[in-house]
Amino acid sequence: MTFVGWLQIAIVLALVLATAIPLSGYIAGIYAGKDNFLSPVLRPVERGFYWLAGVDETREQSSFLYAIALIAFSIAGFVSLYALQRFQNVLPLNPQGFDAVGADLAFNTSISFITNTNWQNYGGETTMSHLTQMLGLTVHNFLSAATGLAIAFAFVRAFARSSAATVGNFWVDVTRVSLYILLPIAIVLALVFVALGVPQTLAGSVDVTTLEGAKQTISMGPMASQEAIKQLGTNGGGFFNANSAHPFENPNAWTNILQIWALLLIPVASVIAFGRAVGDLRQGRAILITMAILLIVGVGVIYWAESAGTLGLTALGLDPSAGNLEGKEIRFGQAMSALFTSATTGTGTGAVITMHDSLTPLGGLVPLFNILAGCIWPGGVGAGLYGFLVVAIVAVFVAGLMVGRTPEYLGKKIESREMKLAMFAVLIYPMVVLGFSGASVLLKTALDSLNNAGPHGLSEIIYAYASTNANNGSAFAGLNGATPWFNTTLGLAMLFGRFAYAIPVLALAGGLAAKKKAPASAGTFPTTGPLFVGLLLGVIVILYLLQYFPALALGPVVEHFLMLSGKAF
Amino acid sequence: MLSQIRPAIVLLVLFTALTGLAYPLAITGIAQAVMPNQANGSLLTTSAGPVGSALIGQNFATDKYFHSRPSATQAQDPAHPDDSSKTIDAPYNAANSTGSNLGPTSQKLLDRVKADVDARRAAGATGVIPADAVTTSASGLDPHISPENALAQVAAVAKARNLPEDKVRAVVEANIEGRALGLIGEPRVNVLRLNMALDALTSS
Amino acid sequence: MSTNAKAQGLFDPKIIRAAALDALRKLDPRKLAKNPVIFVTEAVSLVVTGFFIRDLITHESSPLFSGQIAFWLWFTVLFANFAEAVAEGRGKAQADALRKTRSDTRAKRYVDSKNLSEVIQPVNAQDLRVGDVVLVEAGDIIPGDGEIIEGVASVNESAITGESAPVIREAGGDRSAVTGGTTVLSDHIKVRITAAQGSTFIDRMIALVEGAERQKTPNELALSILLSGLTLIFLIVCVTLWPIAAYSGTVLSVTVLIALLVCLIPTTIGGLLSAIGVAGMDRLIRFNVIATSGRAVEAAGDVDTLLLDKTGTITFGNRMADEFIPVAGVTERALAEAALIASLADETPEGRSIVALAKSRYEIAAPSLPPEATVVEFTAQTRISGLDMPGRVLRKGAVDAILAQSATTGTAAPMRNSGGAGVLVRQATIGDLAPADFRQAVDRISRSGGTPLAVSDSGRLLGVIHLKDIVKPDIRPRFAELRAMGIKTVMVTGDNPITAAAIASEAGVDDFLAQATPEDKLAYIRREQQGGRLIAMCGDGTNDAPALAQADVGVAMQTGTQAAREAGNMVDLDSDPTKLIEIVGIGKQLLMTRGSLTTFSIANDVAKYFAIIPALFVTTYPELGALNIMGLSSDKSAILSAVIFNALIIIALIPLALKGVAYRPVGAASLLRRNLLIYGLGGVIVPFIGIKIIDVLISALHLA
Repeated sequence: MTFVGWLQIAIVLALVLATAIPLSGYIAGIYAGKDNFLSPVLRPVERGFYWLAGVDETREQSSFLYAIALIAFSIAGFVSLYALQRFQNVLPLNPQGFDAVGADLAFNTSISFITNTNWQNYGGETTMSHLTQMLGLTVHNFLSAATGLAIAFAFVRAFARSSAATVGNFWVDVTRVSLYILLPIAIVLALVFVALGVPQTLAGSVDVTTLEGAKQTISMGPMASQEAIKQLGTNGGGFFNANSAHPFENPNAWTNILQIWALLLIPVASVIAFGRAVGDLRQGRAILITMAILLIVGVGVIYWAESAGTLGLTALGLDPSAGNLEGKEIRFGQAMSALFTSATTGTGTGAVITMHDSLTPLGGLVPLFNILAGCIWPGGVGAGLYGFLVVAIVAVFVAGLMVGRTPEYLGKKIESREMKLAMFAVLIYPMVVLGFSGASVLLKTALDSLNNAGPHGLSEIIYAYASTNANNGSAFAGLNGATPWFNTTLGLAMLFGRFAYAIPVLALAGGLAAKKKAPASAGTFPTTGPLFVGLLLGVIVILYLLQYFPALALGPVVEHFLMLSGKAF
Repeated sequence: MLSQIRPAIVLLVLFTALTGLAYPLAITGIAQAVMPNQANGSLLTTSAGPVGSALIGQNFATDKYFHSRPSATQAQDPAHPDDSSKTIDAPYNAANSTGSNLGPTSQKLLDRVKADVDARRAAGATGVIPADAVTTSASGLDPHISPENALAQVAAVAKARNLPEDKVRAVVEANIEGRALGLIGEPRVNVLRLNMALDALTSS
Repeated sequence: MSTNAKAQGLFDPKIIRAAALDALRKLDPRKLAKNPVIFVTEAVSLVVTGFFIRDLITHESSPLFSGQIAFWLWFTVLFANFAEAVAEGRGKAQADALRKTRSDTRAKRYVDSKNLSEVIQPVNAQDLRVGDVVLVEAGDIIPGDGEIIEGVASVNESAITGESAPVIREAGGDRSAVTGGTTVLSDHIKVRITAAQGSTFIDRMIALVEGAERQKTPNELALSILLSGLTLIFLIVCVTLWPIAAYSGTVLSVTVLIALLVCLIPTTIGGLLSAIGVAGMDRLIRFNVIATSGRAVEAAGDVDTLLLDKTGTITFGNRMADEFIPVAGVTERALAEAALIASLADETPEGRSIVALAKSRYEIAAPSLPPEATVVEFTAQTRISGLDMPGRVLRKGAVDAILAQSATTGTAAPMRNSGGAGVLVRQATIGDLAPADFRQAVDRISRSGGTPLAVSDSGRLLGVIHLKDIVKPDIRPRFAELRAMGIKTVMVTGDNPITAAAIASEAGVDDFLAQATPEDKLAYIRREQQGGRLIAMCGDGTNDAPALAQADVGVAMQTGTQAAREAGNMVDLDSDPTKLIEIVGIGKQLLMTRGSLTTFSIANDVAKYFAIIPALFVTTYPELGALNIMGLSSDKSAILSAVIFNALIIIALIPLALKGVAYRPVGAASLLRRNLLIYGLGGVIVPFIGIKIIDVLISALHLA
């Protein structure tokens, strides 16, 4: 680790914070239905959308209706994306002449993009036509992010309001987020990306003759526009197989900084906006500090582990000073690679600039832990905020009893119904991740997909299910997921991870909104300040350690000890 | 409940048109008009035509040129054109992109690196081997190598081209890109640009 | 607090023995089904016992090991049952003491309860029905809960309260309720039965301490959901561990997986949860408070505002007439005589004290009630009472009410909302209508904290009576304690604002409601609740009943009316309004004990993982020995130590569960810091030490 490296990390994080603060005010305005400087241009468009869709923007929905709207929208998206893939061979804009995507892969990919996961059991440049990339994948990059933030809005309203029967209007929230937040920033970001070297063309590929006389076919496409929303919406689905490691998606250190900035921006701003919405900035600040600590500690561990290098390779005569370079790009360096890896798994983006499968055991343990915890520091657009709040509710319940009061968070009492829903949401993760992992290690078809043997292979499987369940999308990419078993089970994992979590969250929102807000007093459990931050950290670490310690022990932890003793598989 | 179907379909269609067609096409239009070089891949040309992209790495196999990092990209096995699972090694295949995805306790990785290191030692390399010289990149298309790697190859390239070593070294050093503002980025050498400069040196 | 002979030490050997037997009886799965965590433990104990028997026969693996695991797993279940049984046992002891008071009493019932002619029939107390009227004479035991409709007597209530000093119970007014089981010491009373056998106060008290029919309180339910959820999660973890371990080359035996499961699931808090609840109710009774539901106790912990009646709660309540102050032109004697006549039919203590003062100081003979006289009863709305005689309309009551009536003869002035405070005031004010000396006298009385009562004769103001009110001593520090806990105190009184202010500042309350009618009280409670605050109130009069019912915590005084006791959800046998502080403390302590032990239970799991995981896999991966930071001697001893610790910690924490976590009236932040350090951090560290010690013992004894 070097001083310059940490300085690079600090600069990017400072940039994120500095821009997130004003953006949080803007987001709070969108949440509350207020006008802003873009309204003169976008309001007519917005109203036109409502008129065509038959949406009455003044009518709010109960949490039940909100959930129905969510499901309807997701089903529509799934069907359209599935159809696009299955018919791409007869649709236009297919310069490479790709075949229709196979049924199980199309199923997996459709669920993947609807749920903001963007797990890709395929390589973009070898499978997806330009039309599919644009009309299917780019569109759902926008819509899945907007959906996530809409759910978060509903959840925040549950805390901000008292004795309320409604939690917002799903269609209004999705439309406003897409039009006012995602689209404008994506447009600017896309153009900056092009200026910095990211290609944007409708051509399929270009052929060149190398200096040595060989032919190189270079795949091309409209990638700057997709890259912008891929990062901004914490989607992570790359145009190319190598994702943000591909020099076209991420040409230099500047684009890399912008990519990290983009993927952190809205999640961080949402947390601050949450504080604004409930009328107490310190609430948002406490949560943000907790998230920041977990994120930065992760960065530190990855940076340290990767800089130390791989013992086995150093023994063969490699220069250890550059650290572990297998699966890394020269132009980024260890510090930025560590930051990207931690941020991408802390947010649920899932884009990669280094191959996670090639990370050292401890370097790989951090992204794995991040996604096992559900990607909640700071989490995906919307999903991170409500994911973290559910954990906060559980923490407040246990600790709240310790001050001798019925537990309450932000003035809302946490009672049986809340615990039932929160525990249900929390239960989904270990059930899906450990359940499917346990099943996979017993099946030959699953084991055949492994790229690494021994504990690292176990890590590949657990990482896959954890990533899909948390709607992250990154992978220990050696795992060949394009088999019927994995396409199906990973698809189900994504489905459960998104909806079996979001539906209880909306039900929670409905119940909490209807409660009366109790005013704070000297006897109220404090949810701001260092004590609360410490409590949250303790609960998060212990809760997830307790669930996944055995799996982690048999995967990255034992691999680390084995590496130190020189064993290989 | 049925009242939610119409907004679902209509908004989906509207946003598909807006974000799926209008947005990317608009960006494409502006990019092609205002920034055509970047928009089309930052291609580098010589008198013979486009020789590659400044951003995409290439495979250099002869001794006359500086070598890139090893690459894990694959291509369809021409002997089995219809079986997608049959592939052969094809470094720097820019129609594909992949890393090795081998972990640090992988025997395959250790064997592969050992073979590469032995080859280098046989070719006369002494001291520590630069790490990037025997490790694959994440994309398989990394256009850069580390300055140490480039400098380590100077002797072999100079010998192959019959040039004095310091001339070659000078070319290398002229092509080392450092950190912008002393802070942003990493020290690196673009292999294609380096080799083009080398060719220019020889022809002049 | 009265010395309660029912209090016993923590480890009464009789209770322990009974509890041990009860623990075995509770092994019945139908009983355990209420407690999911322990039920799961019992289920897997059966499985391990099965494996133990198999090992005995086939020697597939060490029967010594599986036998010990089975043994300690059963004891985990038994210890949990034992905890609950001990808590219930202590409660049962209380209940049995109470039951003794309900011996077979004979009652003297009036055959015709409407027409109280002298026909009395002797019946068993069990056969009394609601509405029956009984005669209770000196020396008799009152046969059931009821209301005195005629007479006054002194009653020994030590059977209920433990207080042997007798109390006065009388018809009319706020002290008309009597409880079955108490003894009349003097005079006689006619009592109308208001509660059937089986639902009297004693019955309810017994039901509360006998844990068997106890229902889970809301917070307990929520906590149980958390624990069940955690149990499910750990079940998933253990079940999926088998294939994952298989992949890693280790075949885990079911015994060992079950050992891991039981160590992980929150057996500590799962086993102690009901004990904590029962002990909490038990503690309440030791403080002489009867709660009719556990829900009320939890609500007590959450209270934000406390509404206290002035008369009887903050002050002693027996306002005594102290002096007669006439207006100019009227003699003291004339005023006294008028006051006496107006109070002839007044059965209240105030009225009687006026009669007594007039008689004693002015030697006015008390005339009997003329037959043509009509009595005007006191109502809380008019705040006036009096007598209509031929030629004279005598009234006495609140000063502003009398003045208003004098101004518009016969009818009271309409009410008007004074805005903001929501306190309704009469239209007339003292300044408009009264002579200066009268005003001065009223002011003097009010400022000294007394209550002025104006007297009028046929519309003409005669003067004012000074009723003195005495604030109970040592009330100020108790209110200060409440404030430190974040609870606001509010005094409610029918007095005028000046009087109220004087008493409020003397007593040290945060706020007061003056000239408050029962509707005002109710409105205030509703307003607080609208604002999301929880409100508690004490009361004893029938007019308190609606407010007591509306409040989140309604504490009725034992010395109050039956209506009040029915409306509230708690009864304070000591009739001490500041008892609410103890009640709040117990409520908070109950929740705190639950939270602390839950935190402790979950934090324990960290150390258990560090014990068990290396033990499970060290044969396949010797490198994992690095995780064995406790340096446990062998894999079998590590697992066994963890299981033993898991069982023993339940027993070790029983005293804490029964006694409750120490409660201090401080703010939430410092409470949290303290408890988090002790039970959170402590919960992480203690098992490391405990497991290590047990491991050393086990390997020394060569048990594994």
